[in-house]
Amino acid sequence: MNLAELQKKLVAAARANPPSDRVPYAFEKRIMARLALLPCPDAWALWSRALWRAVAPCVMIALLLGLWAFFAPKGNPSDLSQDFENTLLVAVDHANNYPQ
Amino acid sequence: MEPTEAELIAAVLKGDAASFEPLVQKYSPRIFATVRRHARRESEVEDIAQEIWLKTFQKLGSYRGEAPFEHWLMRLTVHTCYDFLRGHQRNRERAFSELTEPENDWLGHFSTQPESASEHAAAARQLIGRVLEKLSPAARLVITLLEIEERSVKEISQLTGWSVSLVKVRAFRARGEMRKILAKLAKDKYL
Repeated sequence: MNLAELQKKLVAAARANPPSDRVPYAFEKRIMARLALLPCPDAWALWSRALWRAVAPCVMIALLLGLWAFFAPKGNPSDLSQDFENTLLVAVDHANNYPQ
Repeated sequence: MEPTEAELIAAVLKGDAASFEPLVQKYSPRIFATVRRHARRESEVEDIAQEIWLKTFQKLGSYRGEAPFEHWLMRLTVHTCYDFLRGHQRNRERAFSELTEPENDWLGHFSTQPESASEHAAAARQLIGRVLEKLSPAARLVITLLEIEERSVKEISQLTGWSVSLVKVRAFRARGEMRKILAKLAKDKYL
């Protein structure tokens, strides 16, 4: 069987029979009814859904940070406060050490 | 005076959903004809057309008005048909042994007298339907657009969103796939 010829014939058969453009009765009414049922996007609902979804990860992060703060090896507790104070007062110290 | 298409679209975007109905009325015949080309069964046609209109309504905000609305709608139609074909790939493996008597007769007639086998016969139409059903979704889409609807590669690229070179590659593969299916059809019938 000549397959190339068969292919040509079958494609020609498809071309010779264009599909119908018949639309079912009251199709547009059904579409409009479906559109009326579509949920209307509500900004508040979207925000509240996003915030609710964020709750679990936030709780997990808070727990992990709490555990880390509790179990982390403790250095000198005054380190951070001391560093902070030194940074703030560096200009004053400089002025005291080198009076004009 | 009836509102123009652009006015209807603007009204829908402002929240007047009723302005969508004239658009549905105007373009539904075109959509149904296109969907019937791509769908495997008539029972799927209305579902696909309905999905197209719901998507159109939801995505209307992304229509920029640079190209005619009909082009934008046809792109959405082809995309939806392709997604549907990909999502419903069942029955592709069905054997050709289930051919009906007229289909068998047409093939028999073709094998003895290829020139006189009419392409207008209902059996030929059913056979091409069966062959298309066995193609992969991408191959079916390309064969339908390129061979049956005789569209250019550039047009197919615009409709599908594929690059021109991808359309060419898929067309090459689709023709190969179709040849294999036809070879299997001939083998099932005559061996």
